[in-house]
Amino acid sequence: MSEYQAKEFKVLGQRLQRPDGIDKVTGRAKYGADTEAAGMLHGKILRSPHAHARILSIDTSAAEALNGVKAVVTRADFPTAAKGYEDVQDNCMAGERALYDGHAVAAVAATSKRIAKQALKLIKVEYETLPHVTEVEAAITVGAPIVQAGQVSKRVPEGYSDNVVRYVSFGHGDIDAGIAQADATIERTYRTEASHQGYIEPHACLATLNEDGRGDLWVCTQGHFWIRDMSCAVLGLESANLRVTASEIGGGFGGKTTVFIEPVALALSKKSGHAVKLVMTREEVLRATGPTISTLMHVKLGMTNDGRITAAYAKLFYQSGAYKQGCADFGAMPAFAPYDLENVHTEGFDVVTNRPRTASYRAPGAPTACYAAESAIDELCQQLNLDPLAVRLKNAAKEGTKSSYGPTYEDHGLIQCLEAVKDTEHWNAPLGANQGRGLAAGFWFNFGGETSVSTFLNTDGSITVTEGNPDIGGSRASISMMVAEEFGINYDQVRTTVTDTGSMGQNEPTHGSRVTFAVGMAAIKCSRSIKAEIAQRLAKTWDVAVDQVSWQDGKAHCLDASKGIEPMSLPEIGAIANNTGGPIGAHHGSNMEGAGVAFGVHICDTEVDPETGYVTVQRYTAIQDAGKAIQPDYVEGQLQGGAVQGIGWALNEEYVYGEDGRLQNPGFLDYRIPVASDMPMIDTVIIEVPNPGHPFGVRGVGETPIVPPLAAVGNAVSRAVGVRYNHLPMSPPRVLAGIQAAK
Amino acid sequence: MAHIQIFGSLRDLFAGEDSVELDVKNLRELLLKLPAAYPDCQEEIDEGVSVSIDGKIINDDWFTPIRPDSEVVVLPRIVGG
Repeated sequence: MSEYQAKEFKVLGQRLQRPDGIDKVTGRAKYGADTEAAGMLHGKILRSPHAHARILSIDTSAAEALNGVKAVVTRADFPTAAKGYEDVQDNCMAGERALYDGHAVAAVAATSKRIAKQALKLIKVEYETLPHVTEVEAAITVGAPIVQAGQVSKRVPEGYSDNVVRYVSFGHGDIDAGIAQADATIERTYRTEASHQGYIEPHACLATLNEDGRGDLWVCTQGHFWIRDMSCAVLGLESANLRVTASEIGGGFGGKTTVFIEPVALALSKKSGHAVKLVMTREEVLRATGPTISTLMHVKLGMTNDGRITAAYAKLFYQSGAYKQGCADFGAMPAFAPYDLENVHTEGFDVVTNRPRTASYRAPGAPTACYAAESAIDELCQQLNLDPLAVRLKNAAKEGTKSSYGPTYEDHGLIQCLEAVKDTEHWNAPLGANQGRGLAAGFWFNFGGETSVSTFLNTDGSITVTEGNPDIGGSRASISMMVAEEFGINYDQVRTTVTDTGSMGQNEPTHGSRVTFAVGMAAIKCSRSIKAEIAQRLAKTWDVAVDQVSWQDGKAHCLDASKGIEPMSLPEIGAIANNTGGPIGAHHGSNMEGAGVAFGVHICDTEVDPETGYVTVQRYTAIQDAGKAIQPDYVEGQLQGGAVQGIGWALNEEYVYGEDGRLQNPGFLDYRIPVASDMPMIDTVIIEVPNPGHPFGVRGVGETPIVPPLAAVGNAVSRAVGVRYNHLPMSPPRVLAGIQAAK
Repeated sequence: MAHIQIFGSLRDLFAGEDSVELDVKNLRELLLKLPAAYPDCQEEIDEGVSVSIDGKIINDDWFTPIRPDSEVVVLPRIVGG
């Protein structure tokens, strides 16, 4: 049944002031490292200098003897992890083997950062180095060093090393038959390198854990409920005994949905009897948190002379770090999701290596698959001299299309996004010398997930909303706006706050493009419960039937005109709440299903310096179906942020490993993310095709914007130079090599 | 009987079938009866799945109804970033 109710909005769609703006621009906002406690110690972590090594012994005696050191922990200080959390624990603190450069092997808590650093140097770790593998192509080859034995799923085909741990495939039709129908075909191999989310705020936390197993944790995270649950599973604690409070967050993008330092800080606190603060350095963030996959991808396509795609096949190898994950699933499913195809088949292989365990990065797994698919489509368009926009429109999935990964689509806005491209001034502008224009479409699923929200009517008529999802992309404003819309009141009469795990029911993290959709829907349901409660109380007060109380324009109205009762506002209702039954509030907890899929289309213009291979992005437009843009500034910000991150991945960002398996560029000097001066203004177009699964039509918007940019930039650069680049990032040496090879 | 579509690599877990028919009224019954009929899929279900029911991806809600003519597709569990 559709949740969506078409109506004219009064609050939604306005560009209202963000509630966290003043605190953030004045420096008052508290981030992860800003919390302090009396007697607080400083933690530091000792990390493996080897890509793969057996830990023969750890001697902490000299460190423990250093004046000012209060505790040293190793894996021996951790209990057996709860089932299913063994890898999480091992990633936080190595057990028998260090599996990647940067893997934690011990940690210290001391009275100062200087003493903690000094103590790390006194810890003696005896390693036996083991053969390592960091590159995906080498890792899948039979005979490669095996990272984790015994992890291979039953369905993995033969012919690969045991580092290929999981296999999936999707699709329908017959690829060979589709290829036979084609007028032109293409087969290409693509490679992408690992990138990092590049959040500006490093991981940071302050932990207290007493001997009785009760503690508190203040942390920078996308999801403090998951941080609590994972920390408890790793340390053998009860969830109710660990209260976790999320700070403001300086970016996460998927990389702050798991634990790295938090269980270590808690273990140090328990052992030392003091609060312990742990703050990662940038080098630690790059070496030891969760970057993206790197990939090796093969694509085969067939197309008719008039642009119909007759067959689409992709084989994707996703390097996911030292632990088994399911990243390749989320390349294989969305690779060809924008298209209505009779013959489509995708295969995904998860590959483990001696690299840090990968984490999500917006739409995890989709940007690279989209890069391969959209690059091949673009190259076929060039071969057949076809308009790339017309080809995408010809093949576009619509309502009723059977998707490449199985389900049949409900209504969505892909066609509208593609049509909007035609109307942009950008698409129709002329190009200069050494310039090229790229186009790409992208898809992400979105989901809802477990969500808890409480809402209260205060005695002065204002509304308080409490929820449990850290605000990354403006959710406090969006939720307040939806509540204001539901009540028919002003936005500034509602305040939404993010509360701790001891004050609210379970919540999935702020991920999956879920918060505006799911938390917003829960807040709407709370608002409706409060209105129903008000109707009950006023019916008694006015001595009328409940159905004679109606809510219109922010006031309760008595429909029985014979009573001569004036409408009552929320301040008037709040003032008599204690007389009519006590405080008025509502809680809503639900597994919010019904998220709608989101498509986006990006246009990119690049200019390439033929002498250096340096690429400049001249112009960029991101177009996306948002269902309903609650606060358009925030939606545009998501589109712009995702586009810039994708541009960085396409042009500059790259994890570089040496022969020794160590990361060569763990700092922002050598790992180059785009800065404002590198970018043009990212133009945006918001399409609104309502999601039938939300009362106001909301779709998640946070992840799809990173899906098309790799391909859009790739297609732009390739068209600018006249050379196809099939390896990201397109850094100046790679681009120049292509230009010189073509001469 | 609900018609459950089995895609790609999952078919190995369902005796090679591209679809199976089961008498289920909701997601909970589906998740119980699938491994009862096809034990090889238990591991996949234990690792976590999402199920698309009539075009909507359902992660958790056991009581989401499945009609006899519903389109049901078993998928890997959808994650996010």
